[in-house]
Amino acid sequence: MRDVHVSAVTDAVKKLCMEANYELEPDMLRAFDRALTTERSAAGRQVLQILKDNAQMAKTRRMPYCQDTGVVVCFVELGQDVHVAGGGLADAIDEGVRQGYREGYLRASIVRSPFDRVNTGDNTPAVVHLDLGPGADLKIMVMAKGGGCENRSKYKMLTPAEGIEGVRSWILECIKTAGPDACPPLIAGVGVGGTFEKAAILSKRALFRELGAPNPDPALDALEREVLERANRLGIGPQGYGGDTTAFGVHILTYPCHITSLPVAVTIECHAHRHKEVTL
Amino acid sequence: MITAAADGIKEVSAPLSDADIEKLDAGDRVRITGVVYTARDAAHGRLMQLIEAGQPLPIDVRGQIIYYTGPSPARPGEIVGSIGPTTGGRMDTYTPALLALGLKATIGKGARSQPVRDAMRTHKAVYFGAIGGAGAVLSRFVKTLEIVAYEDLGTEAIRRLEVEGFPAIVVDDCRGRDLYEEGIKAYAR
Repeated sequence: MRDVHVSAVTDAVKKLCMEANYELEPDMLRAFDRALTTERSAAGRQVLQILKDNAQMAKTRRMPYCQDTGVVVCFVELGQDVHVAGGGLADAIDEGVRQGYREGYLRASIVRSPFDRVNTGDNTPAVVHLDLGPGADLKIMVMAKGGGCENRSKYKMLTPAEGIEGVRSWILECIKTAGPDACPPLIAGVGVGGTFEKAAILSKRALFRELGAPNPDPALDALEREVLERANRLGIGPQGYGGDTTAFGVHILTYPCHITSLPVAVTIECHAHRHKEVTL
Repeated sequence: MITAAADGIKEVSAPLSDADIEKLDAGDRVRITGVVYTARDAAHGRLMQLIEAGQPLPIDVRGQIIYYTGPSPARPGEIVGSIGPTTGGRMDTYTPALLALGLKATIGKGARSQPVRDAMRTHKAVYFGAIGGAGAVLSRFVKTLEIVAYEDLGTEAIRRLEVEGFPAIVVDDCRGRDLYEEGIKAYAR
């Protein structure tokens, strides 16, 4: 058994929240560069250039890339030989969010109840997904998930007969209806299979894959490429001003499912794709 | 006031008149200078209650511009943190009533409903798009910031900004044209 003290979790989450909001990952910056060479729309190219400049300014001035610094979605892979010592894991994560958002000048965007809508003031609580596995590592993955694009995420229970064609149409439908509202160029995280909730969680988890890296499953990789190519023919373009760059990527994860079911969840992610991870 | 700059970009300053609004077409690039008020979901909810009760609003919206945004906190010595637009469509239920009171322009991102577009035709108003997610860059155009109402709402309080050369584009004009629809038509393959 290996002890990991909660203070290490808090410190890690605090740092991840801050860095995720200040610095886009290199794969996103490469996506901007690539799109600048292929985008036909002048307005679209201008948007892409401003977003690139925005990423640079956010990094150098240590200010958030987007004022919507998101809800913190935290995937934790906890090795079963790890003992979290000194307190509760969930509390330690929330304390990291609290410190990161307060000390990092990040926006508090969470309300304590969906009905009374009183802001908690420190962006807590996080949404935490915990996976238990073998080993003695504790991996923490943090995403600052924007609200505007999250509002365009969707779920559909297809029939097995609808198959891969149904999945393809549904993802495209989600990207199309997200339109300009969700701050394109978008990334679609897709969860196929499992159950209602499993598909949704997979659709978030899928977003952590490096943009542009192939899906390890060749059939899924082909599906992703086809959907991406078709998404970029919709004409929505950067910010919806018209153009060829509507999506940067489609990332699919699957899971076995019931003989009756074909669940498909699509998390819509904006170009402010902010995530960081660490292994303790 | 609307004037055309040498680079083809239109300069926009509140207060705006019907005649000013008629000079703007969907797709026009603009630079906004002067006073802009911020308001988003929670502030709109409170404004709507006042309108329904027939009471005065904390800001006079006649001829003015409302920017849908909730900025991130300013670091010490800075005027504001990141300050990009939020989705305009969430304000759709409130916007026609504000346009009827004389509000002339809103700034956001994302599509507006048909009733809002109709109200923009009726009351002569426009909807500007600012670049969603470019909050750091957009912060540089904000010269002053003052909370004028609903401070308890935090980021959702109504703020009076003075901006200089704030870049935007006309998404919906007062003739019913919409940049998003036209963009898709031009680029869909």
